[in-house]
Amino acid sequence: MTAFGKLVRTTAFRLTLVYLFLFALFAASLLGYFAWNTRRMITEQISTTVNAETGELSEIFGRRGLRGLVFNIENRALRPSANLYLLTTPNGQAIAGNVGSLAPGVMGTTGWSETAYRRLDDQDNTDHRALVHVTQLSSGFRLLIGRDLEERRRLFGIVAKAAQWSILVVVVLGIGGGIFVARRVLRRIDAMTGTTQRIMAGDLSGRLPVGRSGDELDRLAGNLNAMLERIEALMTGLKEVSDNIAHDLKTPLTRLRNRAEEALAKSATEAEYRAALERTIEESDGLIRTFNALLMIARAESGQARGNMDDFDAAEVANGIHELYEPLAEDDGMSLRVKTAPVPVHGNRELIGQALANLVENAIKYGKPVSPPQGAVVSMDAKQILIEVRRDGDQVLLSVTDHGPGIPAADRKHAVERFVRLEASRTQPGSGLGLSLASAVATLHGGELRLSDAGPGLTATLAIPALQGAGDRLAVQTQDVPQKVA
Amino acid sequence: MTATAPDMHLLIIEDDRESADYLVKAFREVGHIADLAGDGEEGLSLAQSGDYDVLVVDRMLPKRDGLSLIGALREKGNHTPVLILSALGQVDDRIKGLRAGGDDYLPKPYSFAELLARVEVLSRRHGGPAEETTYRVGDLELDRLSHRVARGKDELTLQPREFRLLEYLMKHAGQVVTRTMLLENVWDYHFDPQTNVIDVHISRLRSKIDKGFERPLLHTIRGAGYMIRDGIR
Repeated sequence: MTAFGKLVRTTAFRLTLVYLFLFALFAASLLGYFAWNTRRMITEQISTTVNAETGELSEIFGRRGLRGLVFNIENRALRPSANLYLLTTPNGQAIAGNVGSLAPGVMGTTGWSETAYRRLDDQDNTDHRALVHVTQLSSGFRLLIGRDLEERRRLFGIVAKAAQWSILVVVVLGIGGGIFVARRVLRRIDAMTGTTQRIMAGDLSGRLPVGRSGDELDRLAGNLNAMLERIEALMTGLKEVSDNIAHDLKTPLTRLRNRAEEALAKSATEAEYRAALERTIEESDGLIRTFNALLMIARAESGQARGNMDDFDAAEVANGIHELYEPLAEDDGMSLRVKTAPVPVHGNRELIGQALANLVENAIKYGKPVSPPQGAVVSMDAKQILIEVRRDGDQVLLSVTDHGPGIPAADRKHAVERFVRLEASRTQPGSGLGLSLASAVATLHGGELRLSDAGPGLTATLAIPALQGAGDRLAVQTQDVPQKVA
Repeated sequence: MTATAPDMHLLIIEDDRESADYLVKAFREVGHIADLAGDGEEGLSLAQSGDYDVLVVDRMLPKRDGLSLIGALREKGNHTPVLILSALGQVDDRIKGLRAGGDDYLPKPYSFAELLARVEVLSRRHGGPAEETTYRVGDLELDRLSHRVARGKDELTLQPREFRLLEYLMKHAGQVVTRTMLLENVWDYHFDPQTNVIDVHISRLRSKIDKGFERPLLHTIRGAGYMIRDGIR
């Protein structure tokens, strides 16, 4: 495609042509309206003067007779830029006036007509046009009074010329402007296309140029940049995850393989084989768990679990999880308590239950109070883990609070990422997927996972949107049930 | 592994030859008879003609997929218990499987102990007696109506959830019950806890029903789960 062809095919240029046509049409109709109105005005003016003069001259004829009329007409005809006058006898002979010749038949009809004529004093022998009015006086005399239409013709000429010029100017300016605008737009689009091609070729760090005018192209470029930002973040995340998967899955796989090899090489007794095989099964169970957690996160993140949502009471889930984990916490020297009020939510009960379970498991594993200085006694409160469900405005908060070492503010964002196990937890068993799953579940429900300082300790909160409308009904139903504090 | 239920006649519908052969062999070793079908159509005709205690159906099969096979069976009035095996292990897949007429759902990869325990429970449900109001194992007695539990002459006080746990164990007395089965049936959760949370509940229950008695009733079956039974048969 040639450069001009490309230019002509731009949207900007085509739009310009459309505007050009519309504008020319507008200009033409405006001029037409103006011309038509002016012509009407001039005609009206002529007929008013002619009518007035006809009245005057008829009166003079009535009062002073033919002689007075002739005298008056001759007088009027001598004035500069005079009207046209012609007085004829009943048999058509001219007796007064300044008209030399007329188109035939004009004097024969009374009333208005348009005609070609020549003045008596005319030198140039050309026909002019005039608007004339013929009146029948008493005793058969006929009086013609008219006005030359030269003025009207000139005016028409001016208008026509104006129309020609303005349309020419509009067309030239329009096409020029169109090319100018199209080239400007084309340059910017070309720049954007170039950048996107580079990005498509693999350079994800490229960004589109954004101008300062804030026009639609800048907004588009801004949005595309935001999209690229997101894609780059996702790609980085994906790479990080695959690196982590490689590490966290390959390590146990290697262990598995080593054990099998070792057992083959060294085991002598059946008991030794048995022990090696049992460890192998344990290791593969751990791997399966990690896979399941990863799949679940992927499910939650892709929004596929959205089909399985219904309405339920968040407090019921919290109480169930409390009931499930309370003995475990107690065996670990902690105490697990729950504080709930009925809060209806719309979501996937199973996933929310699992997310809350993960938070509780984390609190039991990592929420033990930091060893106090020698001699000091750890208070009971410090060993307490609290599950809380409450409604805060249009959100439902399911939180788990422990009084352990907590997570430093700088690490909190990092802690939610897949496979991240903060230094403190490296020695504990676990896949490092618990918080990621909780976070993915929160996102699936249109909410978020918040980690905050419990001073000392950590509060992990699943904040999800409350169910609108049904809340009041449930609250009324359970009004007489006091808040359960177990 | 101890086969505790009477011998069962099973039909395994699975297209992966190696895992199918493994299952047939493993079931035979614990005393059950297992037939094999390699695709959905063959599975359907075998299931209709034979008298099986339990069908083990893979979800993704050639010729006719597992769910449609179950649907066709149920439509024809065949109510043989079905356990669905599937690589799709997510909650919504499970629900889909159970809605299609499956009785239980086990995601792959599974342990044979888990599969065996579930198949045996299904089989008893199929042929066993109607739900009783009182369960008895040795001198342990559980009354499902009055919620009373007694061992010998001693009345035991159980928390509501401990009661349901014991109820489930006693309903399947003499059968292995796995941790996942307990989590599913007693707590109604289908996830896989990273901690030994079920073991803690069992040990609490055990301290209530077995502590101070000469004969323990609640046994841990290594590598599989738990079983309640009177002595060693």
